Amino acid sequence: MSAATPEASAAQRARDHAPSRSWTQRAVHDIGPVIGAALVFVLVWQAIVVIGDYPPYILPGPGAVAERFASGWTDGIIGTHFWTTLSEVLLGLFVGGTAGVLTGILLARSRLAARMLSPYIVAAQATPILALAPLIALWFGTNLGSRVLICALICYFPIAVGTMVGIRSVDPKLIELGRSFRASRRQRLMHIEVPSALPQILGSLRIGVTLAVVGAIVAEWAGGDSGLGVLINLARGSMFDIPLMFATLLTIALMGMALYLIVVAIERRLVRAPS
Amino acid sequence: MDAIELQGISRSFDIKGAPLHVLDQLDLRVAEREIVAIVGPNGCGKSTLLRVICGLLAPDSGSVLAFDSTVAGPEPRIGLVFQEPRLLPWRDVLTNVAFPLELAGVGRAERDERARAALHLTGLDGFAEAFPDQLSGGMAQRAALARALAPEPDVLLLDEPFSALDAMTRERLDDELLRLWGETGSTIVLVTHSIPEAVFLSDRVLVMSERPGRMVAEVPVTAERPRSLTGGGAAMFSAAADEVRAALTPAAKPEVAA
Repeated sequence: MSAATPEASAAQRARDHAPSRSWTQRAVHDIGPVIGAALVFVLVWQAIVVIGDYPPYILPGPGAVAERFASGWTDGIIGTHFWTTLSEVLLGLFVGGTAGVLTGILLARSRLAARMLSPYIVAAQATPILALAPLIALWFGTNLGSRVLICALICYFPIAVGTMVGIRSVDPKLIELGRSFRASRRQRLMHIEVPSALPQILGSLRIGVTLAVVGAIVAEWAGGDSGLGVLINLARGSMFDIPLMFATLLTIALMGMALYLIVVAIERRLVRAPS
Repeated sequence: MDAIELQGISRSFDIKGAPLHVLDQLDLRVAEREIVAIVGPNGCGKSTLLRVICGLLAPDSGSVLAFDSTVAGPEPRIGLVFQEPRLLPWRDVLTNVAFPLELAGVGRAERDERARAALHLTGLDGFAEAFPDQLSGGMAQRAALARALAPEPDVLLLDEPFSALDAMTRERLDDELLRLWGETGSTIVLVTHSIPEAVFLSDRVLVMSERPGRMVAEVPVTAERPRSLTGGGAAMFSAAADEVRAALTPAAKPEVAA
């Protein structure tokens, strides 16, 4: 960017100033508290195990879980189930997210559609997915498709609502601007409404992505022969390997966190932070 | 042929079931290359009038002609600059200015070139890659002006475009608007709250009555162009301004205006 005028160079300087700390300093600043909190968590956990004198089949210590986590990944038992769950989550998020965004647009656009559909969408959301999952498994079988459907259902609602609220709150002055340039309905949507609503849509995707992980586990419990939800049941039941069960829970939590961070990273790329 | 010809324009709005008459049997003619300033009390329908001229609002009755053809909706030959910049915050200045061309289906290379030309015209060279939140108020309004100019309209409507700016920035932009008018040859209709601004810029100042708005006075400004605030024309401006002020005072009372 050329800095032809004082104002331009001022803006340039303001931007250059922010990342002047070295990346190591920033890493300590950003990640330091995260590691600190994790250390505290592990210490408290260990303290509870020691003080309560719990046997590993009730509450294994962090060391035992970390060991089982590492061996679970090296012997491949966690890995196969992990990929099943991840693919359910990603497919479910894609299906539910697409349907949610389209529904949100429809609800924001048409008062009639909002009046007709909102009660059912809310009712569907209020019905616990835990109760719905066995029914879906009964109707559609326990294949990948029905598990994806459960994932999609659970993340559909927040994304639909986020999109609707985002599009409804677009500045009417920008809509008028588009009208003054003869924007078609499609252009208005793609160039004004969706970009305006993007922060809300991505915010709802943050919620949706963590819910999709929950959906996948619930779906696997309702029926399935593979996935981290199945592995939890196996570890608790026939294998009676409680450290493995905890290692699986850790894997699920890490998956949710990683997906969440990916959404945040996408958000940072797409949405300009006010300077 | 007039650039703009309005005949018998009436327009009312429905406010909680009761009609609010904003414009009443209003006539307006603006010649090609003329600069007309419209002043009037708050809420007299000045902004509504501009929206009727550019086709954003349909009148309840009356006809709107631009160069002898009916204005049925927004069209590229009439450009509107709003009171606020209304830049899209997620686009940089260049793509904001190119926005109307993009909507009209102009190809990338051509619209970038035309947008850059509009930026040059408004003194925004070097700001193409800046984002709206990095611009000062004056710069943002320049960008909005550049965006209105990008489709090369024949008529430029300005709705109190500089009212949110400080006095110094405002005077500079007034100067630049006259320079732009000289370079683009467009017809300008400007709504303003500032009598000095109206007089300085225009060939004619039209004074509107209180709501329902009608034209109640016309003050010609004969000062020669190019104009400047410091030149010899200052006395002439102040005489015209006094005349506008005098016309505005009785306009506040409908029975005198009638």
